[in-house]
Amino acid sequence: MAWRDSRASRWRLLLFTLCIVVGIAGLVAVGSLGRSLEGAVEGQAKTLLGADLSIGSRVQFTAEHERFLTTLGGEQAREITFTTMIVFPQREGEGTRLVQVRGLEGGFPFYGRIESVPPEAADRFREQGGVLVEESLLLQFGAKVGDGVKIGSLETRVLGALQKVPGESVAFATIAPRVYLRMEDLRATGLLRDGSLARYRVLFRMPASLDVVKWVESHRTRLDELRLAVATVADRKEDLGQSMRNLYHFLNLVGFVALLLGGVGIASAIQAHVKQKVPTVAVLRCLGSPVGWAFAVYVTQGVALGLVGAVLGAVAGVTIQRLLPRVIADFVPFEVEIATSWSALAEAAALGFSVCVLFALLPLAGIRRVSPLQVLRVAHEPRRVRDPLRVGVVVALAGLVLAFALGHTQRWQEGVGFAAGLTVAFAALAGVARLAMAGLRRLRLPGAPFVVRQGLASVHRPNNRTLLLVVSLGLGTFLLVTLQMSQTTLMRELVSGRQEGRANAILFDIQADQREAVAELVRGQGLPVLDEVPIVTMRLKSIRGTPVEEILASDRDRKGPGWALRREYRSTFTDRLRDSERIVAGEWIGSVDAGEEPVPVSVEDGIAKELGVGMGDELVWDIQGVSLRTRIASLREVDWRRVQPNFFVVFPRGPLDDAPAFHVLVTRVESPEQSARMQREAVRRFPNVSAIDITLVLRTVDQILGKIAYVIRFMALFTVATGLLVLIASVLSGRYQRVRESILLRVLGCSRRQVLRILLVEYTVLGMLSALTGVVLALAASTALTVLVFKLPWTIPLGAPLVSVALVTALTVITGWLASRGITTQAPLEILRRGD
Amino acid sequence: MLDDDAGRWILEVDGLSKAYRSGDRALSVLRGVSFRLAAGETLAIVGPSGSGKTTLLGLCAGLDAPTEGRVRLAGEDLGLLDEDGRARVRNQHTGFVFQSFQLIPTLTAIENVMVPRELRGERGVERDARQLLEQVGLAERLDHYPTQLSGGEQQRVAIARAFVNRPKILFADEPTGNLDTETGHRIVESLFRLNQAAGTALVLVTHDAELAARTRRIIRLRGGEVVGDTQ
Ligand SMILES: Nc1ncnc2c1ncn2[C@@H]1O[C@H](COP(=O)(O)OP(=O)(O)O)[C@@H](O)[C@H]1O
Ligand SMILES: [Mg+2]
Repeated sequence: MAWRDSRASRWRLLLFTLCIVVGIAGLVAVGSLGRSLEGAVEGQAKTLLGADLSIGSRVQFTAEHERFLTTLGGEQAREITFTTMIVFPQREGEGTRLVQVRGLEGGFPFYGRIESVPPEAADRFREQGGVLVEESLLLQFGAKVGDGVKIGSLETRVLGALQKVPGESVAFATIAPRVYLRMEDLRATGLLRDGSLARYRVLFRMPASLDVVKWVESHRTRLDELRLAVATVADRKEDLGQSMRNLYHFLNLVGFVALLLGGVGIASAIQAHVKQKVPTVAVLRCLGSPVGWAFAVYVTQGVALGLVGAVLGAVAGVTIQRLLPRVIADFVPFEVEIATSWSALAEAAALGFSVCVLFALLPLAGIRRVSPLQVLRVAHEPRRVRDPLRVGVVVALAGLVLAFALGHTQRWQEGVGFAAGLTVAFAALAGVARLAMAGLRRLRLPGAPFVVRQGLASVHRPNNRTLLLVVSLGLGTFLLVTLQMSQTTLMRELVSGRQEGRANAILFDIQADQREAVAELVRGQGLPVLDEVPIVTMRLKSIRGTPVEEILASDRDRKGPGWALRREYRSTFTDRLRDSERIVAGEWIGSVDAGEEPVPVSVEDGIAKELGVGMGDELVWDIQGVSLRTRIASLREVDWRRVQPNFFVVFPRGPLDDAPAFHVLVTRVESPEQSARMQREAVRRFPNVSAIDITLVLRTVDQILGKIAYVIRFMALFTVATGLLVLIASVLSGRYQRVRESILLRVLGCSRRQVLRILLVEYTVLGMLSALTGVVLALAASTALTVLVFKLPWTIPLGAPLVSVALVTALTVITGWLASRGITTQAPLEILRRGD
Repeated sequence: MLDDDAGRWILEVDGLSKAYRSGDRALSVLRGVSFRLAAGETLAIVGPSGSGKTTLLGLCAGLDAPTEGRVRLAGEDLGLLDEDGRARVRNQHTGFVFQSFQLIPTLTAIENVMVPRELRGERGVERDARQLLEQVGLAERLDHYPTQLSGGEQQRVAIARAFVNRPKILFADEPTGNLDTETGHRIVESLFRLNQAAGTALVLVTHDAELAARTRRIIRLRGGEVVGDTQ
């Protein structure tokens, strides 16, 4: 009976299932991806680090370090990393750019391999010298394998293009492209000096029998004393696993939104379907069929719908999951082979099925209430009563949403927040839609042509799906626009460094005796010296009299400020604060006599909190072997977004004047050519000096943000696709009514063209309404994000909203029009035969 | 000689046949129906259910194309016009009243009445529409939507709509079929009154003998053929 009953509308019902298919497909693909990522992290664990263990330091290993390291055993390799400039002398104008130079010694990576073009280059540079250069950098300068390069005083050749390093993802290697060379070549650059900012690592291959984690624990005290940072495969797995899980959960949540949206579409389509069936049901009841019977017939149809949807969704999911690895490739530091996960597939299909059936039950519940009396009075709307079944369904749906949200967030607050946010978004969309419809209903346009008024009237016609469409299309628009605007806002804020007079280029690693000459060079090129600061590197020795080692040692569970205690501080001394800094407590002291201790210093608010120190506390610093006692005289807030050197700790003039320092010079370049010339000159005359053009960094940041946005957009597209399917389904489910109306109009003398124009007006208004609703909410959301989360000044970016309104409207009109094709082809005579 | 006569006939039906194809069998619904109707004349088409009355009415109004034969409505050969052309002829010369009212649910009573004139792009139809609604006794219900009106009221709105474009001919398909006798009578009164006042020709499909008797001429259909014509 369920099958027979569906005869007339079978294809339409099938189309409705497409609404959930997209959501299920998304979840299947994401589920498989998640499991594949997990498998990859597990299976390729050792290549994540390329070694069993790494021990690192920010200062050159001392004799004491070396003694300790030799006791450790295992196979050891070494790596030293610092940033400097690379020069391509053969390139036009001697291309130069900031790079991260890595000197290697020994068999690292022990697991996995460095990938290069040609492949053998990754091994050859260790024997015969030469460098592996990040592929993107070679492309940027049009350089090829065999070209000469200069790094400091080292002159050598490019051996190969670097493609992949085990455990590192491509996306974040672009600010300072990587350059590999062997250790003796690194030393030959002459750039590595005491106090240079470098990272020193020893990498270990341990016997397979050794439990590395236990081993690390047993050496923990000594490692802390020596201030060595340790990373194990387990740490790396934990970190990566965490970020992979975050990615996976995030994608899941977005897929779920699409699924829910599809559910709403199903509910509305079924409602239209049921409405048409009410007379049939009433007749059946008159003929004596029991109450539950008709209900059972339609529930069977709903279940069938859900099953078909689940199967189609699973198939589509398996198909599109092939796309996902490409979408996330730049963020994942290992190979991802997506294998279909049957458990993910079953899970998503079951979820999709439940969502479909639950949503279908909402309108179906009403079937039970159809009274036989309705045969006699069709027009009479059934009175709304609280139906326990309907209430049950709503509760089950809410439970499902909450359960899913909780399952895919780290903390329960986030889960509840997501569920609440979703509810608010849906409610807000529905609210705005209602308001707009009420406005339209009240709108009287006596002067407007008939087709316009008729089109407008259609938007708020009684059985129209306007609300549903505004919610579904609006949600898609909302997601995409919020994303776009947040990205634009972030970029504009970063790019504001390009504005008139602001700094946008930095020269650093300037030796004390080069200061004057570098400043001279910059001025000689017609560039301003906007700022010039000395930097002294130091580490914390003790806090309030307690040695840092002791604090670290007592902090067994490593919950404390380990990083802030161990890190290397790059501090400055000055007699005036810059305009990016603001004293929030105490008082700034600009100069003291050398030799006077404790020295009054100013500490940045955030790091003070991290360290758990406050006004008046004593900090003792180790400045390259010399101790200096200080007292916190003031706390500062720092605007870190400014393109200029900023510091955690600022000393007054006096005590550090003769300490070993290097200098940073900030300037502003007006064009890429000027920037290139300045960098070229600086590097030619002072090989140890590095330069960075912030505009270049910004472009890179923009690219990274773009890639992130791309991933999010990919998932948001599922929502938009669902929105469009819901649109198609709803147009088709309202088609009967429309055909009748169009015939009636034609009987009264309306031409086909006028009928189509009415449709055009209707869909234009509908599309604009949805888009505007989405955009209004997106403006609200991005305002909240900008002001509350990013803490940036807010302005209205008009581009994205306008484009989306136009785009969504166009899509709606096209989709609506395609779905209504043929409504003018029926012979008008039909109308004389139909009841109502 | 034909041309001499042309102005007299508002509707000329000549050898009209209609067959519906169902599967590979052709179902003949009308066979060789011919008649002519002068301007201002009233005609009832009667016959048992399924005899082809609605089909004939529809063909006369150009709502469908005949299998054979010719229809001239207000002097225009409907067979030579395309769908939009026929819509234009309907809009200019005809009015309709249906058994099931057929009002546009999204428009108020007065807006429904205005539609035919507005489709022509006319403005300021409101006065005429209001006047017509007053004549059918709905002065108080101008801004009600169809769902807010009773069946009889809806049909009166439909009648007002049928006359708003001052048609030369009015087609009505069992206009009282969905109404109780009392209301039906009132509807019929309005229909004939307006018809007389405007001098409109009327083609009325009904199986109500009493109602049929009020027209000047009656055509009887049975099984798709004319079995009687009082003229
Ligand atoms: N689209 C169609 N296809 C096949 N047969 C039809 C179609 N429309 C009407 N008929 C048949 O044509 C005959 C005449 O119908 P109709 O003109 O509506 O009769 P009446 O109005 O006199 O009751 C009926 O037997 C009906 O079944
Ligand atoms: Mg009939």
